[in-house]
Amino acid sequence: MTTTREPTLINVVVMRLGLRALLGSRRSWVLIGLSLLLFAVAGLTRWGSGGTPDAASGLIVNFGFGTLVPIMCLLIGTGVIAPEIEDGSIVYILAKPIPRRTIVLSKLAIAIPVALVFSVLSIVIASQIAGDHNGELAMSMGAATALASIAYTSVFFMIAVLTRNSIIVGLIYALLWEGVLAGYVPGVRTLSIRQWALAPAEELLSSAPAWNVTSDVSLATGLVMLAITTVGAIAISVQRLKSLSVRVSD
Amino acid sequence: MSTIELAGVSRWFGNVVAVNDVTMSIGPGVTGLLGPNGAGKSTLLSMMSGFLPPSSGAVTLDGEVIWRNPQLYSAIGLVPEAEAMFDSMTGEEFVFANARLHRLADPSSATIAALEQVDMMDARTRQIGTFSKGMKQRIKMATALVHSPKVLLLDEPFNGMDPRQRMHLLELLQRLGADGHTVLFSSHILEEVEDIAGTIEVLVAGRQAASGDFRSIRRLMTERPHQYSLSSSDDRALAAAIIAHGAANAVSITATGLDVQAADFGRFVHALPKLAHDADIALYDVTPADESLESVFAYLVAR
Repeated sequence: MTTTREPTLINVVVMRLGLRALLGSRRSWVLIGLSLLLFAVAGLTRWGSGGTPDAASGLIVNFGFGTLVPIMCLLIGTGVIAPEIEDGSIVYILAKPIPRRTIVLSKLAIAIPVALVFSVLSIVIASQIAGDHNGELAMSMGAATALASIAYTSVFFMIAVLTRNSIIVGLIYALLWEGVLAGYVPGVRTLSIRQWALAPAEELLSSAPAWNVTSDVSLATGLVMLAITTVGAIAISVQRLKSLSVRVSD
Repeated sequence: MSTIELAGVSRWFGNVVAVNDVTMSIGPGVTGLLGPNGAGKSTLLSMMSGFLPPSSGAVTLDGEVIWRNPQLYSAIGLVPEAEAMFDSMTGEEFVFANARLHRLADPSSATIAALEQVDMMDARTRQIGTFSKGMKQRIKMATALVHSPKVLLLDEPFNGMDPRQRMHLLELLQRLGADGHTVLFSSHILEEVEDIAGTIEVLVAGRQAASGDFRSIRRLMTERPHQYSLSSSDDRALAAAIIAHGAANAVSITATGLDVQAADFGRFVHALPKLAHDADIALYDVTPADESLESVFAYLVAR
């Protein structure tokens, strides 16, 4: 059988299978539910506080950006590959003469845009509900969310390739490491996607201190660390996928 | 024409040895990989299909190491035992997606050809989730055949198939083997292998127990002494008749009846009803004592 062999970074069929699996799964309903939850809490915050900057940014930064965004990225980043590894159907993609790098990049080319749409839209809309001012909160936190989503999704994808318990490991990272430990241990705070992505938000809001959005790291550190983390997670995923052991039987 | 070579291949998981120093060469034609459940067949197939590295030894296809070598999948078709596919797709969409993943020049006609080969043209527009086990099996076959691979690896392909589907798959595998493809399938059922495999490799507890022409191995299996437990209306008279006839080489009387050891399986089972009838003895129970596959394989290993 003749084949066409142009070297490609992205395989459209892998993307389409990934999108199909992601949107067809129950995960998409959970994602919509999380967005609605954020909107509801934003509405309550607005109603309770009258829309003060402190209350609005507190909700958006801590609950929206700090808790829901990593969970959304966890569902999406693991969702494009973990179920296939779990049930073994990944063999249909892996048993093909496709570079493993192409498989990783194709899957992330679905996961990252989906994560961006869900998380950035949720944060922007929730900011408006909670009480924005001239779009300052929406724009700055939208930018932080976009950067964080790229890094989170790549990291959680990597976790899904590394371990079968990706949801648990991902939750421990997102909630325990970034959420709880970072509250007590100063060193941990500077080693978290959340703080890195908050740096540009702090910068964007530097002329509007009322929002009280701060990061523990400088803008340059934040951006460099996000880039290193994303690229590193992708590289590790590719290496791991090259040596992924899959049982061909039940 | 392609050959899969295993040279001193072992695979262990922790301190459990799944495959133990296996050396075999699988060439064109149909080869059956036979062994009881848990013998290491799936582990061996996983290594041949590049989804598991051997702990020691080498698994190669025409001299090229299979592990971490995805380009070789152009030459390999794999039919996994696992059922999971993309259930929301139709059979045709899924085979077509596989054809495109292989980057075939003409994926549409390759899809149709593969669906025709497995006799799934009529059901091709139905969702995979609605398929029976046998139909899923055939769709899996179609995905494995869509790029006309030189090597076809099938893990327990006859599981869940009805006799007609089985016959169809048998014919297909035989045809592929006759065309010079290297076809390897695993099975834990002796009779499945009987009809098609020219060559068989028997795996027991991770070790290669027998290898070669099916008929000679079958003869080893059928010529081994068979054990039966009988009970009848007159055990002593039946024992005398069996011994006098020569259908068995040992008969012993037990508390519940007779234990018979027959060297010639066919001769004994044909003679027994006639002997009982002629002596006017009623047979209450005839139980083969050691017909489990494990005992057949254990016998082969002991040889």
